[in-house]
Amino acid sequence: MKTTSNLEKVLAAGHFAATGEVGPPRGTDAEAVRKKAGHLVGKVDAVNITDNQTAMVRMSSWAASLIVKQMGLEPNYQMVCRDRNRLAMQSDILGAYALGLNTMLCLSGDHPRFGDHPMAANVHDIDSIQLVAMVRRMCDEGLFQGGAEISNPPKMFIGAAANPFGDPQELRVLRLAKKIAAGADFVQTQCIYDMKRFKEFMHQAHDMGLTEKCYILAGVTPLKSGGMAKYMATKVPGMTVPDEIVKRIAGAPKEAQAEEGIKLCVEQIAEMREIPGVAGIHLMAIEWEHRAPEILERAGLLPRPQV
Amino acid sequence: MITAVRKPLEEIMGFAAPYSRVLLLGCNECVTVCYAGGRKEVGILASALSMAFLKEGKKLDIVEQTLERQCDPEYVEEIAQTIDQYDAVFSMACGCGVQTVAGRYKDKPVFPMVNTMFMGASERQGVWAERCAGCGDCVLGRTGGVCPVARCSKRIFNGPCGGSTKGKCEIDPGVDCAWQLIWDRLKALGRTDLYSEIIPAKDWRSAKDGGPRRIVREDLLS
Ligand code: SF4
Ligand code: SF4
Repeated sequence: MKTTSNLEKVLAAGHFAATGEVGPPRGTDAEAVRKKAGHLVGKVDAVNITDNQTAMVRMSSWAASLIVKQMGLEPNYQMVCRDRNRLAMQSDILGAYALGLNTMLCLSGDHPRFGDHPMAANVHDIDSIQLVAMVRRMCDEGLFQGGAEISNPPKMFIGAAANPFGDPQELRVLRLAKKIAAGADFVQTQCIYDMKRFKEFMHQAHDMGLTEKCYILAGVTPLKSGGMAKYMATKVPGMTVPDEIVKRIAGAPKEAQAEEGIKLCVEQIAEMREIPGVAGIHLMAIEWEHRAPEILERAGLLPRPQV
Repeated sequence: MITAVRKPLEEIMGFAAPYSRVLLLGCNECVTVCYAGGRKEVGILASALSMAFLKEGKKLDIVEQTLERQCDPEYVEEIAQTIDQYDAVFSMACGCGVQTVAGRYKDKPVFPMVNTMFMGASERQGVWAERCAGCGDCVLGRTGGVCPVARCSKRIFNGPCGGSTKGKCEIDPGVDCAWQLIWDRLKALGRTDLYSEIIPAKDWRSAKDGGPRRIVREDLLS
């Protein structure tokens, strides 16, 4: 075991992991974080705390992570390359670790154009793979990116993201391989609806030996309505939703669409468990945290292992 | 080349308000090639300004001139004899030219007539696109001749991000994804092996983050 991360312990013990997600509020209300995260206490091995997701200003990821930590939930502290240069990133990592955070996820971040500050400077001092490499070096060699020694280096369980559906298709597994070579301990994928393509992705990853080197958690997002299914299918960059899924959700009577979405999600999790190399799922129930326990229960993922 | 687009007439009229006689100064280099500030555009702007002022019942005396290169002190010297005749210089050069003129004629107000945009190339008649961000340490040899700094919306050195869709960047279906272009070129070159190497975090000192840059060529100093 390299870290004190609960997620690492669960995965290392060979359990099928389950992680959740909470987006911090657009204000100072700590209670709002507690309310969302409260649904997940005891139900997931770690909860991702997003970092200004969709390029909208929100309560900082490390602060919300800390609030969640105090509730007895393990935060997976997200960090994007869009908003900070390497000085700020490293100092945040030191501070986060000093306050007890031990699991983090390294991301590029959505372009500012999508958010509420499209006029902001778009930092990208380093990219997400370079961020993984930087944290790896901080932890393993005790060195800052600039080369100086860190007194009392952090020990993070380091995550990265992967999108099996972006283009060019051939690069998806190769880029995953680069993230793993850079030092990612675990990977959480973009939410998956196209199971066929995901299986091909995992097959390739498995063949390349990547699933031996890194834990891969498959992303799932329950569709709340036909409208959401259509939105995901057409409006989200780098996302594919097969027609039959849109039809299945949108085709259900309005009042039954949410239930159909949950049913689909539970079926997807069952299918993912059978795919070689899938070490767990990452449940992103966006603004639907209160339904997450039911999904996890019906998917047979509760109770969570105590390790 | 350096690309530019002319400023809106209203903004230029705002600059002109206090003056009665100005030198409208074009440049024969990049801004001529991108139709923003060459001899022809000097003529067009002069007419437009005169007409607009006439309409308001005012008169602005505009003298037109175009230099070979406004970023070169040698050519900027050419207006030394006549500069005192003008209240101000309205430069149609890029920001480099404007500053060379302003630096030479310290007590003469100099105003930019164009917004300097980027270092780019012509894609087709009437379209220019960014190609280089002048990072000072070129990686084109590793990226199939496509620049990740200037052409990837997130300056990703180990791309593509998850938002690349059908060859286009997540920010806009009208923008090519640089990493799609890089990958296509690496394949065409038979050099896909280059992709698997991780490009390490960049040293931005060679770019503008190291402070304003200069090139000093000892061999050329006189
Ligand atoms: S790598 Fe740097 S120097 Fe080369 S084209 Fe890109 S910005 Fe220009
Ligand atoms: S879609 Fe392509 S060009 Fe746009 S940010 Fe991602 S990698 Fe860069």
